Amino acid sequence: MRRIQMTVDGNAHVAEVEPRLLLLHHLRENLGIGGVHPGCNTTSCGACTVHIDGESVKSCTILAVQADGHEITTVRGITENGVWHPMQQAFHEAHGLQCGYCTPGMIMASISLLKENPDATEQEIREGLEGNLCRCTGYENIVKAVQLVQQHEDEMAQHAAS
Amino acid sequence: MTQAPEKFVGGGVPRKEDPALVTGRANWTDNIKLPGMLHAVFMRSPYAHAKITSIDVSAAKEQPGVVAVFTGEDLLDEYEKHPRENPAAVTGYDVSLHDRTQGHSVTGETDGADGQDSDEPRSFVSWIVHDELKIPHHDPLAHDEVNFAGEPVAVVVASDRYKAQDAIEFIEVDYEPMDVVTDLEEAMTEGSPLAHEGFGTNEAYTWDLATGDIDEAFSKADVTVKGHYLQPRLIPNAIETRGVVANPDPVNGGFTVYTSTQVPHITKAVLSSYLGVPEQKLRLVAPDVGGGFGSKLNVYAEEVIALVLARRMGVPIKWIEDRSENYLATIHGRGQVQDIEVAADSEGKILGMKVNLLADMGAYLHLNTAGIPLLGAFMYPGVYTFPAYSFECIGVYTNKTPTDAYRGAGRPEAAYAVERIMDALAAETGLDPAEVRRRNFYEPFDEPTDTPAGIQYDSGNYQLTLDRVLELADYEGLREEQRRRRESGDPVQLGIGFSTYTEICGLAPSQVLSALGAGGAGWEMAKVQMLASGNVEVITGTTPHGQGHVTSWSQIAADVLGVTPDDVEVLHGDTAIAPYGRDTYGSRSLPVGGVAVHLAAQKVVEKAKKIAAHMLEAAEDDIEFEGGTFSVTGSPDQNVTMTDVAGAAYMANNLPEGMQPVLSEEYFFDPPNFTFPFGAHICVTEVDTETGFVKIRDYFGVDDCGPIINPTIVDGQLHGGIAQGVAQALYEEAVYDEEGNLTTGSMVDYLIPGAPELPNYTLERTVTPSTSNEMGVKGVGEAGTIGAPPAVINSVVDALSPYGITHVDMPASPWKVWQAIQDAQGQEAGTRDADRSGRPAQAVDSTDTEGGSTS
Repeated sequence: MRRIQMTVDGNAHVAEVEPRLLLLHHLRENLGIGGVHPGCNTTSCGACTVHIDGESVKSCTILAVQADGHEITTVRGITENGVWHPMQQAFHEAHGLQCGYCTPGMIMASISLLKENPDATEQEIREGLEGNLCRCTGYENIVKAVQLVQQHEDEMAQHAAS
Repeated sequence: MTQAPEKFVGGGVPRKEDPALVTGRANWTDNIKLPGMLHAVFMRSPYAHAKITSIDVSAAKEQPGVVAVFTGEDLLDEYEKHPRENPAAVTGYDVSLHDRTQGHSVTGETDGADGQDSDEPRSFVSWIVHDELKIPHHDPLAHDEVNFAGEPVAVVVASDRYKAQDAIEFIEVDYEPMDVVTDLEEAMTEGSPLAHEGFGTNEAYTWDLATGDIDEAFSKADVTVKGHYLQPRLIPNAIETRGVVANPDPVNGGFTVYTSTQVPHITKAVLSSYLGVPEQKLRLVAPDVGGGFGSKLNVYAEEVIALVLARRMGVPIKWIEDRSENYLATIHGRGQVQDIEVAADSEGKILGMKVNLLADMGAYLHLNTAGIPLLGAFMYPGVYTFPAYSFECIGVYTNKTPTDAYRGAGRPEAAYAVERIMDALAAETGLDPAEVRRRNFYEPFDEPTDTPAGIQYDSGNYQLTLDRVLELADYEGLREEQRRRRESGDPVQLGIGFSTYTEICGLAPSQVLSALGAGGAGWEMAKVQMLASGNVEVITGTTPHGQGHVTSWSQIAADVLGVTPDDVEVLHGDTAIAPYGRDTYGSRSLPVGGVAVHLAAQKVVEKAKKIAAHMLEAAEDDIEFEGGTFSVTGSPDQNVTMTDVAGAAYMANNLPEGMQPVLSEEYFFDPPNFTFPFGAHICVTEVDTETGFVKIRDYFGVDDCGPIINPTIVDGQLHGGIAQGVAQALYEEAVYDEEGNLTTGSMVDYLIPGAPELPNYTLERTVTPSTSNEMGVKGVGEAGTIGAPPAVINSVVDALSPYGITHVDMPASPWKVWQAIQDAQGQEAGTRDADRSGRPAQAVDSTDTEGGSTS
């Protein structure tokens, strides 16, 4: 067993874990964060995507011990004082989800995508979300959700400039 | 509650389901943790067909954290010592399974005390398509023989999943491998290995249907066209895998089973029957369910075992499926070999159609395995009317994962074959593909109309959708662009593919189900109750898993009751809340379940009107109901609101003589007929003749599913449906090797399209109300999956037609397209074999292609 500590959604956690434990399972089973969804456990589907120090990572890709000392953000941690993150709002408005199982991972990947490339074109958005599979939506409305956030941020920027 | 003068049906009301989902607070099965809960992990057969000669679990039992290990043999008495609950009463089947068993693995011991004959096969089958259907014995854990790779043979119960998985490695199983059959056509040849040797054949059944004089049709035909098409096996791939938690309830001696399913009610009936747990002692809950697509329209071995273990061990048991298990042990879809032949006159008018199918059952019959091809049988004639039709389907056992419903279930197969053959007919007669379709359409109809397959379509206007999609796509402009590209020898050729489809939805009239061998109980239930506050609860027997029923049912109830959707709560997916229900599949939820909500709400209004008349001291006939307010005709100031009436009904201190308190009404809707949504799709592809790569440039669809409850949700259903249809046409295929190993056993090997692989969708709708229900609604869940595959393949073949290419099987991968071009140009076979895995080394010389070549 190894002793690890990490900050998850703003809360510090210390735990004793087996070295082989996936971060995904640590978050779900030890910390009780049911909003991180297992889909494949093999880094294929992206349903378990979280942010580690601000970058999107599939939490089944790394071991809990590798996240020792790092800051993790899950979909549960992006709502501030009960106000949804713009990406959450956009997925709702654009009907970018149906069953909703891929959604937390998709939202976390989308936030990270726009952070790296705020002006991503439609094709760049599609390619940026390649690692996140959705079986319900056919992706069009997911892409539109990301574009809604881009528009929103453009408007905010214009508003700030004027 | 809010008095709501406006109407909500037809508006894009934002989904009420979303807040929990976008914030990561939904309640999935794997999120359920109960005190004392243990975890089950299954050991699965690595062989597709083998005798189990011994299993030694002693070392596994000694592993840390392991509480118990069971083999199939260990659990036999769980099925045999408990008297089976009357299966006929539970599932509606009136035929004994007794005479059908000729399989290999009938258990030898009898338990006469319970009045059961152990020769009767245990099976999950629920659709007895034919009196002669051969039903293999199917125990949840195999104990003498395995029949597909991935079949469970033992289960470990441990304190956590990692430890249970570790212990699996310590189970010793000796197998004696047997001959394996995987290929459908080979399975039907003399001397083929047999999936179940006891049957002496791989044929599960033969089912046929004939109308008109098919021989005459072919004898007087000016043209005939034939197609031989392959429907690849598909893996449904709900992103949430299956999972189950079975919890014993010591108070009533029963159990609560939480399971990721589309069918909690059916699962309750089947588990009760299979294990002898009285229905009233079993509560089934479908928590939030992360996609189904038909794969969760079933009852599975793991659900049975979880309940068995909970009963035997007296603690909560959880099992969560791995993705690799999902590929092996959750049902697959499609898997057919289709032969279709059409006779027509010189004008392209169809005289008759013959269809012969081989349908892959896989190793066992699940609930609807045998019946899936029958859902197609009635749909091969499609949107075309003609005098003679014959259909024959042979169900074939193979040593592969069982098949069952995958989105569309039988109808995508039918739509594909008929729409491919219509293009062949167009080519043969020299007609435009749109024109040959138009010549065979029904005239627009708004009352039930007989079809060549002997059923009645509810309503249709196929010309309208075709005309509109031609405009939408700028068909003339596309043909012009295509001509330019062909003339210039552009290495990227343009393809334009049609699909004018219809589908059979709204499952199902109970009597028709019975006549087809599927028992009955095709109805759906809704209960609408006004609470004392005037707010509303809708209880539905449907079980959504992404379709947005909570929102749509709220809209339906709100409009009838004159409230807003926010005043309505929709409760579902729990047999303790909705004891009656027939669940969600087959595009049935709206045209059966949604209609039941509408009708139950109307009953509430009828009763409320009587109370309002009483309160207003007016005659009931003089009461008008509008926007949530009851008023006296001609005296609008004399009124009471629905809230007032709901309160009065609850208080019950001033009700009309003899009236029962409260406003709570149920409706059980058994539809008089199916519904038949339809549409016209055009897929525009760019096919790179140098690489074989197919890009969908545009996808146009004009669909008609009757009146719309929520356009946003309907568009979403079409997007996702078309995406899965495109996936079938271009990307996905479950491939087995000769030993019966699934070689596409992971998300890396099985190509589920991601965002870059799929197009945007340009959609419009027409509205032709159904005659099968009062709302006129038809259902839309499967439309895209049915319409899309032929549109895509017709488009690819259209692009390649200058080469003389007349067919490319699904999935039209770059290799397959490129190879078709090589074959058409007479390249040596060696060219193909040399380069299967990499980029093609030899590009097509575009100057050679003019005028095409022959295949």
